[in-house]
Amino acid sequence: MAIPILKQGPYLIASIESAVVDADLDRLREDVGQRVGDARCHGVVVDVTELDVMDSFTIRTLLDIARVARLRGAEAVIVGIQPEVAFAMVQLGLRLEDVATALDLEEGIALLESVPAGSADVG
Amino acid sequence: MSDDVTLRIGSEHDILAARQRGRELAQEAGFTGSDLTLIATAISELARNIVEYAELGEIAISVDRTNGRHGIVVVASDSGPGIPDVELAMQDGYSTGRSLGLGLPGARRLMDEFEIESVVDRGTTVRMKKWAVAPALQQR
Repeated sequence: MAIPILKQGPYLIASIESAVVDADLDRLREDVGQRVGDARCHGVVVDVTELDVMDSFTIRTLLDIARVARLRGAEAVIVGIQPEVAFAMVQLGLRLEDVATALDLEEGIALLESVPAGSADVG
Repeated sequence: MSDDVTLRIGSEHDILAARQRGRELAQEAGFTGSDLTLIATAISELARNIVEYAELGEIAISVDRTNGRHGIVVVASDSGPGIPDVELAMQDGYSTGRSLGLGLPGARRLMDEFEIESVVDRGTTVRMKKWAVAPALQQR
């Protein structure tokens, strides 16, 4: 099932559900690349609040989504990483180095608002 | 008997089912909080390796109750192509597939015990275990 992408002001918001499969994430990556241009958006928020597990594939796809968004001229923020998931990511050895994160949707949007359009250097 | 379950792994949906079932069993065995997430994540990594490299395999999850300690045992096996160089595959960042190359070494870090056996053209078996109560002598 396709992950819906909502438009809120100059930003796109994609909320990933817990029962997400790889194909959905692959499709989201393509959709984000397309929609950033169609909607002329300056920022993308990917909300992972519902995800109780993020394995290395999921993380890789999220990083790809963020990078695709950036190459299309929009900033991306991953929000809602749960504390247990964050701990598991640390144990796995996963890093999000160049991708911005925020506590929740509200903080994510606040972060995007603080970044001047076109300046791709948060995180 | 509800302590043991063997799951067929052949699709992305099976990966999802395996980690959900693993989390349930771990909860029944007395695991709580972040341990549940660590176990589910490790299962997800192994299930993903099966789908990615062997296409079909199985994951057996059981609860080990010896000497008053509860542990969860996860055995992932397949009859796939096998891993030519296990030592290399256990290194961070080494991947021939669509992952970050953290699957096997990552899963090892998430669990307390980890063994892997692989024979080229015969398949791979990974056995891993986590204790609900940390072993008394274990230094962290």
